[in-house]
Formats: sequence, C-alpha cells, structure tokens
Amino acid sequence: MANNHKEIVFGLYNDEEDLIRAVKEAKTAHLDIYDVFTPFPIHGLDPVLGLEESRLHIAGFIYGALGTLTAFLGMTWIFTKDWPNVFGGKPYWSVPAFIPITFELTVLFAAIGMTVTFYIVNGLGPGVVNQHLDDRITDDKFCLAFDKGSVSEDKAVSLLKQTGAVEINHKTL
Amino acid sequence: MSAVVSPIRRPLITGNKTYHQITEDLISPTEKAPTRAWTIGLIISVAVLSYGVFCILWTIYVGIGSWNLNRTVNWGWDITNFVWWIGIGHAGTLISAILLLFRQKWRTGVNRAAEAMTIFAVMCAGLFPLIHMGRIWLAMFILPYPNTRGPLWPNFNSPLLWDVFAISTYLTVSLLFWYTGLVPDFATVRDRAKGMRRKIYNFLSFGWTGSAKHWQRWESLSLVLAGLSTPLVLSVHTIVSFDFATSVIPGWHTTIFPPYFVAGAVFSGFAMVLTLMIITRKLLKLEDYITVEHIESMNKVILVTGTIVGVAYLTELFIAWYSGYVYEQFAFFNRALGPYWWSYFGMMFCNVISPQLFWKKSWRRNITLTFLMSIFINIGMWFERFVIIATTLARDYLPSSWSLYSPSWVEIGIYIGTFGLFFTCYLIFTRVAPVVAVAEVKSVLKTGGNQYVGENATHKHHHEHH
Repeated sequence: MANNHKEIVFGLYNDEEDLIRAVKEAKTAHLDIYDVFTPFPIHGLDPVLGLEESRLHIAGFIYGALGTLTAFLGMTWIFTKDWPNVFGGKPYWSVPAFIPITFELTVLFAAIGMTVTFYIVNGLGPGVVNQHLDDRITDDKFCLAFDKGSVSEDKAVSLLKQTGAVEINHKTL
Repeated sequence: MSAVVSPIRRPLITGNKTYHQITEDLISPTEKAPTRAWTIGLIISVAVLSYGVFCILWTIYVGIGSWNLNRTVNWGWDITNFVWWIGIGHAGTLISAILLLFRQKWRTGVNRAAEAMTIFAVMCAGLFPLIHMGRIWLAMFILPYPNTRGPLWPNFNSPLLWDVFAISTYLTVSLLFWYTGLVPDFATVRDRAKGMRRKIYNFLSFGWTGSAKHWQRWESLSLVLAGLSTPLVLSVHTIVSFDFATSVIPGWHTTIFPPYFVAGAVFSGFAMVLTLMIITRKLLKLEDYITVEHIESMNKVILVTGTIVGVAYLTELFIAWYSGYVYEQFAFFNRALGPYWWSYFGMMFCNVISPQLFWKKSWRRNITLTFLMSIFINIGMWFERFVIIATTLARDYLPSSWSLYSPSWVEIGIYIGTFGLFFTCYLIFTRVAPVVAVAEVKSVLKTGGNQYVGENATHKHHHEHH
C-alpha cells in the first residue's frame, strides 16, 4: 500500500441487505466510501456503489486474439517457410488441420492472460500481504469503510449507527 | 437468524444455515486433526501409488517390452486408461463452466471437488501417453520449439499433437479456474487461523481482502473462464476422439466419434463425481450442502448422456451394416461376438441398460443405488475404451497378423497406481482446502432479498418484500 497511512472507520453489518441500504444512504449523504468488503460477491452492490463494469473481458479478448494469431501465423510460417514438409500428400498450408491448435492456444492465452491481469490489477499475488480490517469479513460480516481523511468521522459514525451496523471500529492501514 | 428458506424454491442448502455456520461446517474439516478413516485412506493410496511408481520405473528401465503390447495390438491398457481418465476429467469443468453459464446454482455444492477431481484425473491421464513413448526423456520432442535438430518441428497436422495442446491447455485452464475460486476461501481459512498456518494460508490466498471491486473482477473472470472452458471441455474429448477418427482403421474412422466421446466423457465424469461425492459428503458430514437434490440432478445428466452413448452405439452398428463395407461390418461383428465379446457385453450392460433405471424418480434419489450405478458406469466406460481400442486392433485387415492381447503385471500395476495418485491428491486436497466452495455457497444461500432476516427486518418469516 501507499506509504501514507489511512485512518479508517468502518462498520460491520450482519446482512448484505443492510449493507446495500447503508451504501445507498451514504451515497445520498454524499459521503465518500473508502471501500466495501464482503465475504462473497453481492449482486446489486456494484450499481449502488457506482462501480464501472470491469474491463477484464476486453483484456481477455485481446489475449485470446493474440493466441489465435500466434498459433495460426506460427504454424503457417513453420510449414510454409521454415520447414515445408509433405504429410500424406496434403498441401503445406493445410488450414483445417491448424484449427484445433489455433483454438487451444486462443483459449490458453486468454485464460492465462486474464488471470494474470486479474491478480495484477487487484494487487494480489503469492506472498502479498494486504492488511484487512476485520477477520470476520471473510466469514459472515459485511463491511462499509470510510477514510477519515476524506469523510468527517462524526458523519461516518452516525451514518453507520443509523443504518444498523452491529459494530463500529477504527483501524489504521 | 432463523430460517433462510425461500417460499418458492426448494433450498439449495438444507439445515437452516447462517453464513457463519457455513464457514464453520466447510472450513473446520481443514482445521481438525485427520480422522482415522482419512489416515487409513491416505496410507493405502500412497502404498498403491508407490507400486504404480515402481511399475512405471520398471517400464522405463526394461522398456515398453515389459508390456504385453504386440505388433498388431499396439495400443492396449495404456491408451484405454488414458482416454478413460481424460473422460473422468470432464465433469469438473462441465459442472463449473457449463452449469455456470446455464445459471444452475446447485453446482456451487459440488463444483470445487469436481474441479479438483478433474485436475487429478487429467494428471493421471497425461501420464499414459508420456510413458507410452518408451523413452520418456525424449518427451520434450512433442513441444514446438526451434531446436538443434533441423530445425525440426512436430507435425501440427497430427491429432496426437493436437492432443498435446488440448490436454495441456485443459489442465492449465482448469487449474487457473479452480485456484481463482479457491483464493477467497483460502482467505477465509487464513482469517480463522493463527501463527504459521495463517502465514501459509495468506500465501495461498494471495492477500485477498474481499473488496467490492475485487469481487466484481472475480465474477467477471469466472464468467469469461467459464465461457472459454465450455468449448474447451468439448474440444478436449473431440480431439481425443480424432486420435481414432482420423485413422483408417475400420471401426475407428467414424464421424460420430467426437459427439459420442464427449457424451461418454460427461457420463463417466459425472459417475466418478458421484462416487467421490457420496463418500465425501458422508465422511465430512456435508449432507446439507451436497443434498439428494444434487445427486438427483447429476443422475439426470447421467441418464441423458448414457442414453446418448447408447444411441451412438446403435448408430454405429446400423451404419456399419448399412454401409455395405465388409471391413466395417466385420469390425462391429467382431466387437460384439469376437474373442472380446465379454467387454462389449459389459459396456452395453453398464452404460446403456443400467442407467435406464434412473427414469424412476425415487431411484434417482436413492443414494445406495446411485453409488452402485456410479461404479457400474466407471467400469462400463472403461470397457467402452477397451472395446474401441484393443478389440478393434486385435482383428485387423490381415488374418495372418491377428493377435490377442492381455495386459502384463506392469500394465495392471500402472493402472492401479493411477488410482493411488488420484486418491492421494484428492485426500490431501480435502485436508488443505474446503471441499465445497464457501463463498459461492454463501452467495446462493438466499436466492432473493425477500428472505432477509437481519437485525432490522420488518418481517421475520418469508413473505413478499416491498
């Protein structure tokens, strides 16, 4: 994380419905949400939070296209230029026979590329230690967090209380 | 928190679970000391695996001559086992990918273990072509890289090379898909752990936090990986069938092979998932997560794919007769009534006739029957591959070179050894990772917001919201 410490105030909710309602209220009150942490993906949270759609699939398409080209052009070059070879009297450039490998490499490139991109943009990876706010967030608590640097603490706490947070805590990240 | 039961749908998870209870139920098997059953299972598996390793080393040391393959029957148990294991490796991705695209939420109960099973089965499968090469240290010749031998490239027009690409891609993508699903669950294990265990699981969880943006990307990644895996899983057995279908051997060069192999693969894969799941749910007490509904759904898939396979067998027979081509006719006559008639009968009985019992609902929901059936299908599908491979080769064009084949102790040992590998991996997996996808199960606990039962609930029981 960045070297400047963040003072976080966060509320824990027991249910995702509570959380969504709290996020809505925070948005109406124009409070800047630091982040929301949940034990599982919550449907309907992204539009409320105002998250833009992920562009990961676009990256996936580009990686896939790269795989298609690598396989097809690679085999074309190998069998027409680098080492032309006759197999069973077939043409050097036997396109139908290239399709299976072209398909497989498309999938392989897209999958590896997307997965690696996913971990890099999320700042996740083997050995990464991300401080987290509460151990129960990966269990059964739904967390709404505010950065005290951008939101006044009183407002944040009162919103968390109003919306039914079962616990309100502070932590420095 | 009281009942979280939808008034309109049968719950996917029974037992009125709360989120915390789900975590408790699914993570605790990785935290407790291993049970006696597990330890005994592991000892047996490792012993069997060791014997398999010995037989593989024996093969490498003595050479392929230690197998009973001959000039006529040059593919025997090795390729039979290869195709069989690859088939078993089809259910995991089918469950996690195709059922994800079809929004079949029940898959969350079984996808994790099925995917793990896929990976281990593909590992077992990949072993056979490698040792069948005879000189395993030359295995890198199948990789396309500019080298000092020419430069000589592998034959990209050969289905055997397509197999290399298909299976290695399948293994890689399955691993990525599986691990990405595991990351949030490893974080759950991490957050319950202390000391060294916490460090290890933090490493495994890649520092997962559960941020909303991460979840969004995680879902996007899962969806695209599912979209990619769906044609991939269909392509893998299609390409395996090309190993046979592109040849000129009567009984092999049939256009029906790709769909028939894929259906057979799904069939045997689901059977193996059921075999494992029925044991796992019992031993780890997961009856609330892997319910009779799950078993029934999988039995429906078994019924459909088993029937497709049956239709394919009959179509093959009809087309062989209808073609008027004597070699083709003889190939099928020989399969059914030749020296290996018993394997053809076993195949027909186990794959086509016995699954028809599942037309009856109460039998689909009978766990003992399902378990027996899953074993039958595993055996039947092994016979299918043996029928296609060995019996076809044993009676080729020239009667003077007809031959018979039965495996040597080495071949049997390697096959048994792959079970050791499979179960060793599976048993370790059940100790290290949650066998049911924790986060995904939580996300299907309530199918809609109208079962909201939190602190500020204006309604305590299920009635409509808004």
